[in-house]
Amino acid sequence: MKKNLYEEVGLTYEEYKMITEILGREPNELELNLFGVMWSEHCGYKNSKAFLKQLPTKGEHILQGPGENAGIVDIGDGYAVCFKVESHNHPSAVEPYEGAATGVGGIIRDIFTMGARPIALLDSLKFGTLEDSRTKYLFEGVVSGIAGYGNCVGIPTVGGETTFDPIYKNNILVNVMCVGIMKKDKIFKGVAQGVGNSVFYVGHTTGRDGMGGATFASADLTQESEEKRSAVQVGDPFMEKLLLEACLELFQTDAVVGIQDMGAAGLTSSTCETAARAGTGIEIDVALVPKREEGMNPIEVMLSESQERMLVIVKKEKEEEVYKIFEKWGLHAVKIGRVTDDGMLRVLDNGKVVAEVPAKALAHAPAYVRETKEPEVVKISQQFDIYSLPQPQDLNEVILKMISNPNLASKEYIYRQYDYMVRTDTVIRPGHDASLLRVKGIKKGIAVTVDSNGRYCYLNPYEGVQLVLAESYRNIVAVGAKPLAITDGLNFGNPHYPEIYYQFVKTIEGLKVACEYFGTPVTGGNVSFYNQSEEGPIYPTPVIGMVGVIEDVEKATDISFKEDGDIIAIIGKTFDDIGASEYLSYYHGIVSGRVPKLDLKRHKETCDKVLECINQGLFKSVHDISDGGFIIALLESALKGQKGAEVKINTSLREDFYLFSETPGRFLVTFKEEDLSKIREILNDIEVEIVGKVVNRFEISGQINEKKLKLNLNEVERRYQEAIPCALKS
Amino acid sequence: MKFGVVVFPGSNCDSDCYHVIKDVINEHVEYIWHDYDEKLDFDCIILPGGFSYGDYLRAGAIARFSKVMPRIEEFAKNGGLVVGICNGFQILTESHLLPGALIRNKNLKFICSDQYVKVVTNKTPFTNLYKENEVINLPIAHGEGNYVVDEATLQEMIKNEQIILQYCDKEGNINENTNPNGSILNIAGICNKEKNVFGLMPHPERSSEKLLGCEDGKRVFLSIINYLRSR
Repeated sequence: MKKNLYEEVGLTYEEYKMITEILGREPNELELNLFGVMWSEHCGYKNSKAFLKQLPTKGEHILQGPGENAGIVDIGDGYAVCFKVESHNHPSAVEPYEGAATGVGGIIRDIFTMGARPIALLDSLKFGTLEDSRTKYLFEGVVSGIAGYGNCVGIPTVGGETTFDPIYKNNILVNVMCVGIMKKDKIFKGVAQGVGNSVFYVGHTTGRDGMGGATFASADLTQESEEKRSAVQVGDPFMEKLLLEACLELFQTDAVVGIQDMGAAGLTSSTCETAARAGTGIEIDVALVPKREEGMNPIEVMLSESQERMLVIVKKEKEEEVYKIFEKWGLHAVKIGRVTDDGMLRVLDNGKVVAEVPAKALAHAPAYVRETKEPEVVKISQQFDIYSLPQPQDLNEVILKMISNPNLASKEYIYRQYDYMVRTDTVIRPGHDASLLRVKGIKKGIAVTVDSNGRYCYLNPYEGVQLVLAESYRNIVAVGAKPLAITDGLNFGNPHYPEIYYQFVKTIEGLKVACEYFGTPVTGGNVSFYNQSEEGPIYPTPVIGMVGVIEDVEKATDISFKEDGDIIAIIGKTFDDIGASEYLSYYHGIVSGRVPKLDLKRHKETCDKVLECINQGLFKSVHDISDGGFIIALLESALKGQKGAEVKINTSLREDFYLFSETPGRFLVTFKEEDLSKIREILNDIEVEIVGKVVNRFEISGQINEKKLKLNLNEVERRYQEAIPCALKS
Repeated sequence: MKFGVVVFPGSNCDSDCYHVIKDVINEHVEYIWHDYDEKLDFDCIILPGGFSYGDYLRAGAIARFSKVMPRIEEFAKNGGLVVGICNGFQILTESHLLPGALIRNKNLKFICSDQYVKVVTNKTPFTNLYKENEVINLPIAHGEGNYVVDEATLQEMIKNEQIILQYCDKEGNINENTNPNGSILNIAGICNKEKNVFGLMPHPERSSEKLLGCEDGKRVFLSIINYLRSR
């Protein structure tokens, strides 16, 4: 054996020694490759799992927590929602179209393997700024990749977020969340139960694409990463659509014992993980695997990450059902092995044993706890004095500049390319706080959102992630739904750097506390380390995907102003939370300051009471106030409703701070004047600050203290709509 | 009334059409699998939207060779009502049940949006419950909806009143600025000379319920029933 073969598969010397101890002998080349890929960061979570365990994962609605292909929450009426977020950062940074497309494909399979029908996709995307020509290429590629795959497979892309910041220039982030609906008593799991049951390979053929993708995702991006393009998988959404329909049809029979997607590490992960979960063994023969290329050796077959494939454990006497259904859909279904009782993953090539390793040892990578060190920026940024900022003279000009900021501007250029209406369940479309889907046949609806804020988390990882969770919570509440649970996509740099590991550890600590407080457990997710290039790491970027339920979908609220004369108010008190804000970053060019102060208790109370008002039908529009502050929320609500506003604000704060403050726990709402007393009664000691009223003239007019506000909304709308397309053209 | 919704591998809007017919307008509806090869015993056949056969080669190009297609041609020749929505429209032009072709959108991107269209004529089985020149909202979602046809055929179509829907704005203006995909004469929907085969890029099934924001599309289905009842 070559001395450094273990290094080539991404293992350390210590890990190699562990493997020889587990096996009681030297591993052969195939076995070493199996360990290499399963013990990679991407599959093995070796630097994260010691901490992930701390997250709250249980709750009255939780039917399935972490450890399966996706989490599941009970929404009542016999239905459950299955959801998960996953990253596809490295592939998308190298090959944006296919990287993003297969990211979509992978997460869809995670949902339907659980027995759910996928009903919605959301994306959290992070790019460099659009002045950079490669960023334009990556941006266009990622968006068309998501569109190309999601549209074809017929699942609406109903929401998401897109942020531009130079920090992501060389390491873009593509996190995709999929949501599915199912009957709560029809859950399928990735378990290889029942000794003697058959192991089926179904779906697309196996090729050499995506070779070593998991290992590729477990190292920093470098110049050489460009040459690893072959590690990026190639997607076939048509095949996915057929696989989806065939699997859902198969679930209607009683043939399936267990099922798992062949995602990262393909056949290797699906076989050893299903066996490990069930405490069984699996024996497969790679010669039986349908291949699209000739001369593939067992290593290539076991490591291929070709897309649109599934491993199905089938009751021995029910094999005919599988053949019948997959033939109808024109897909491969081949019996490649069987479940055994010896706990081993045994790989055969034409009947000859070529690898034999304990399934559990493969599936359970060693866990590491690394050194941490608080990054200097966390302390330094606290010292930043926001009152040293020059006070702008013309607020109207500042507002116009802020609305032209691609981070705050309309994302219609993006979501217009996604079919967000297919399946005819989308009640609240992209461009609002959360998207809302009805469930045909019942009154309930499902609210979904995905959020992040890398800048907050960079300046304060602990409070940053709590602020992100709080924003998700408000987004769900804003449409009238009760938040139920989250999935987390944790994106960080290289965990071997103590500052990065500190960010990760603090993120988990912060998330744990806030999730417990808000009553939104974590049902699963994804950790993506090594998001860094030669120029340094990304901001720590935990992405929160949240799901909520509304009892009566007809009572949902959206952000748009409805009727002339409606009162406009801010629920919750505004403080001078300008540190870490979009205003500070975009207008003043400074990334520093204290992150907005989050009072978890007050925040939850505010949200619960706002929800109560919505349930009683008191609010005509509700908009979460977050990035860009009150004024951006006001403009968005006006533009969506094609209405104007007259405002009169008296504040002790500096006017620019008032307008752009990102104090959490606030909502911009409208209501009929006669409902004010009822609203005040419900909100009790939560502030209701009346700031103006809705008018028919398409403009914002009025004043804040002595300063005049006057904005022509046609001009605002033009800038809001054209910011991204114009930046792409320049 | 008995509706049939054809399911090709890759059809995505089959269940949406099925839902509207069954649950919104409360009529009988059945799925028809793409390899169905017997006489079609239905009052109206719908070819739904989606990406039949992945739209590989060209949208609708492979679906036209499905076993069910000769049966649909036979059904149409005997005067049966056929509606092709989005991908269904593409299949109908590929199989020459309708003239012209649908090529990539002018901006080369997929477009999903609400869209105003003008009902040019109500003298058809599919639009008889609309007012002539009524402006309605029918969402679009397609990458290849740019309708093209040769000049001679176009003149023929105009003469025979085969142009049924045109893209426009809220006020009904039909011009380049109100054309989302580059279609000739802003064409959004057409029928054959006999007026029993209707193809349209917008999705009436997506605007048939108040909960989804608009009910303008519902009258396409109701018009069909109205026509069938009075026949």
